[in-house]
Amino acid sequence: MISADIQVVLPEILLACYAMLALLVAVYTSKDDLASTLTWLTAGVFLAFAVWIGINGVGTDTAFSGMFVEDAFARFAKITILISAAIVLLMSEGYMAERGLLRFEYPVLIALAVVGMMVMVSAGDLMVLYMGLELQSLALYVVASLRRDSIKSTEAGLKYFVLGALSSGLLLYGASLVYGFAGTTLFTGIILAVSDGASIGLLFGLVFLLTGFAFKVSAAPFHMWTPDVYEGSPTPVTAFFATAPKVAAMALFARVVFDAFGGIIGDWQQIVAFLSVVSVFVGSIAAIGQRDIKRLMAYSSIAHMGFALMGLAAGTALGVQAMLIYMVIYVTMNIGTFAVILGMHRDGKPTTDIDMLKGYSSREPLMAFVLLVMMFSLAGVPPLLGFFGKFYVLRAAYDAGLGWLAIAGVVASVIGAFYYLRIVYYVYFAERDDGAAGRLPPVLWTAAVVSTVIVALAWVPGINLFGLEPFAAEAALTLVN
Amino acid sequence: MGNLLSLTTFIPLLGAVILAIFLRGDDADAQRNAKWVALATTAATFIVSLFIIGQFDPSNPEFQMVEEAAWLLGLQYKMGVDGISVLFVMLTTFLMPIVIGACWKVDVRVKEYMIAFLVLETLMLGVFMALDLVLFYLFFEAGLIPMFLIIGIWGGANRIYASFKFFLYTFLGSVLMLVAMVAMFSQAGTTDIPTLMAFDFGSEDFTILGVQIVGGMQTLLWIAFFASFAVKMPMWPVHTWLPDAHVQAPTAGSVVLAAILLKMGGYGFLRFSLPMFPVGSEVMGPLVLWLSAIAIVYTSLVALVQQDMKKLIAYSSVAHMGFVTMGIFAVNQQGLDGAIFQMISHGFIAGALFLCVGVIYDRMHTREIEAYGGLVNRMPAYALVFLFFTMANVGLPGTSGFVGEFLTLVGVFQVNTWVAAIAATGVILSAAYALWLYRRVVMGDLIKESLKTIKDMDGRERLMFTPLVVMTLLLGVYPSLVTDIIGPSVSALIGEYDVALSAYEASTMVAENGAGE
Repeated sequence: MISADIQVVLPEILLACYAMLALLVAVYTSKDDLASTLTWLTAGVFLAFAVWIGINGVGTDTAFSGMFVEDAFARFAKITILISAAIVLLMSEGYMAERGLLRFEYPVLIALAVVGMMVMVSAGDLMVLYMGLELQSLALYVVASLRRDSIKSTEAGLKYFVLGALSSGLLLYGASLVYGFAGTTLFTGIILAVSDGASIGLLFGLVFLLTGFAFKVSAAPFHMWTPDVYEGSPTPVTAFFATAPKVAAMALFARVVFDAFGGIIGDWQQIVAFLSVVSVFVGSIAAIGQRDIKRLMAYSSIAHMGFALMGLAAGTALGVQAMLIYMVIYVTMNIGTFAVILGMHRDGKPTTDIDMLKGYSSREPLMAFVLLVMMFSLAGVPPLLGFFGKFYVLRAAYDAGLGWLAIAGVVASVIGAFYYLRIVYYVYFAERDDGAAGRLPPVLWTAAVVSTVIVALAWVPGINLFGLEPFAAEAALTLVN
Repeated sequence: MGNLLSLTTFIPLLGAVILAIFLRGDDADAQRNAKWVALATTAATFIVSLFIIGQFDPSNPEFQMVEEAAWLLGLQYKMGVDGISVLFVMLTTFLMPIVIGACWKVDVRVKEYMIAFLVLETLMLGVFMALDLVLFYLFFEAGLIPMFLIIGIWGGANRIYASFKFFLYTFLGSVLMLVAMVAMFSQAGTTDIPTLMAFDFGSEDFTILGVQIVGGMQTLLWIAFFASFAVKMPMWPVHTWLPDAHVQAPTAGSVVLAAILLKMGGYGFLRFSLPMFPVGSEVMGPLVLWLSAIAIVYTSLVALVQQDMKKLIAYSSVAHMGFVTMGIFAVNQQGLDGAIFQMISHGFIAGALFLCVGVIYDRMHTREIEAYGGLVNRMPAYALVFLFFTMANVGLPGTSGFVGEFLTLVGVFQVNTWVAAIAATGVILSAAYALWLYRRVVMGDLIKESLKTIKDMDGRERLMFTPLVVMTLLLGVYPSLVTDIIGPSVSALIGEYDVALSAYEASTMVAENGAGE
């Protein structure tokens, strides 16, 4: 019995063991000299695990009497998390080394965060959910303040910690209410308890849980920490925040609302729809005034989370499928954008001031083009991939009778288009001699170019998103049915 | 050749990719090579597109040369042409080599400039050939990107404002259309345009927030599409982006904008609004007729007082597009024939007029009317060409401008005499502003010192104008060239429209009678 359970959780156990082993080895040997090797090794391990999960996983398995679920949905999320974490880790190596931030703890912490995320998306129980979430969050609090000598980085870490703790508190409170009224923390039990309508106590619990998740996915109006944390953290860490944890939090969100509360879609649908519409508007409007590209990307991610939530709000299999595809596309676009941001240098120092992008196209034509493609894609202009993500969620939302949400979403996307266009304007139309320049190191260059090719061409008939669609559909079906 | 349409569409893109990858450097040789590659590509596209018109069977109102392939989310990659779209395809491929010719004097970022135009050509051709809703939207919207860059990078002094306005205005219009497309996809379960044309979208009245929606779902969908196409057209009162965009755009950009991009709106009305939402068109049609009449008179008056030549021609474009929308929503053979004819002919005439402005702008670097006068003394050939297109713009019989205006007026007269009468005054006003412009720029004595050394058109410029003059004359004296091709498709469209409408009227009658009893 136990051995069968272990079999199911094996990837998480092994990855956790790897992280601890790496920690021990580094501590007892050469410490930071090992950091570079460890970074590459960790990225390799992530990719190996992604391949392993992808090849090995079939059907639905549960472990520890349903506390841990391994199904197509979890696998889809895990593979996305692992691959994006690996890529971001590789992208950060050069930057961190250059700034003297490449400590061996960095890859180890990222590995632990990834273990937490993998547990999150597989959670079948509120306790497991919380454990995974906290493992992820604690590791991320530390990496946010990795630049100990920088006030902003420390502030980012502290802010992230305090607000993260607050959201965890809300989440715990919701979980205890749910436990109190349902009598169980297992999702399979909760869904039975709400099968003929939720009691008022359960609804309260649900609302608190959703609030906690909204914090984690940085959906408005619980988004306030995002811009500060994005700005203060070292840029590679920001890139990481923008990708894997968002996927994990969104998958967890979907997991809970469908696995535990799938019987009362009507009750949470309006909350999620509200979060969605507020997020797209806040993200689009607040980004207009930003002068720092990392803050801008923070608001951009808030708006994008709003669109992903729009898919979730549909409460259908198509909606979940749309959400999953949206997240994958979102991650791809962010990797490309952050690759360019990581390469922005002025007088040998990294810069994130948007003003420094003026005239970038005459200094770095290729990277300027990458940025052009990414910005139009983030804005949702066809034929780039970002448009297809939006099309999926709009379709799902409309089919579910949320036509007003779809209209609000597209109107917000026009407002949002303004600030993405402004970046294009800086890069292509404006002139400035002393702005950001500098060739990108090979890893960043590859990440930028590959993601650009994907964003520009993955929709072409014949490629069809590399066959992502059936996997997302399968994942969505296992979650929703 | 089974994939002639895709081939035509993607030849320019191929040229753009070749330029992007293989052309290095930014010296004079590289610039010249970029221009020649672009010219060769557009010329090749034109030659290949001749096969399309060659294979096209005008007597068949169905879509021809259809290509299909499966795509994402149950969408499909489907291309095809019918009598309505094939001429727009030809117009595009015909004009693009001339547009490239108009870029010959550009010397900043030439490679990128050429790439932008080649990509734009692919997208424009795609718009006219796409037979899938989302595929259409893809091409339709994607065209904003190169145009945004063309205005923003190579435009005039106030280009930033113009490019943002252009982009956001048209983007806002089209996202509403996107939602409508999602709604249609959801209701009909397909995005196949021929299937959707036959699909009967709900037309029962309902109320939203206390407002009675006559024509129900169809009217709402119609309005969403209208938001996009009216901006693109552009129709009064959402035309204000056009003069800004035209004035700031480089000459070649203005030509593409006036000659082809504006036609997408009219094409959209013909392809979507009329056949898919006949009830919506019937309910909202009178509004469009009146908006068109206002547009024709108002923008003609505005054109009269312009100080900037490009702005004047831009306003005259809005007025001429008013004839087009008017003809389309008259929904009869003359009106629709006239509207399509007017769009084709306006493609040649407006394109040529912007080229005329470009010719003297290249020499004097100003578009102010004040700065010119008496050009006929030093530029007789130019004066002749400019006169010819001014007359065509006014609608002189014998030029193509006359046929389009006349047919649309005949069409509208049968539907709404008042609108036709008001629109007819626009013909007089167009003579006023166009001739007055000509008088101020070309006639009179050459007294401005700066103009004393101006040179007449060179060989390249003469070569650019020749095909335009020929086409304008040819269509003017032999309009059947166009109407024979569009006729069957247009009459099929009108036939289906009338059938759908009479079915709707029958059902509302039954409903009213039922309520009465």
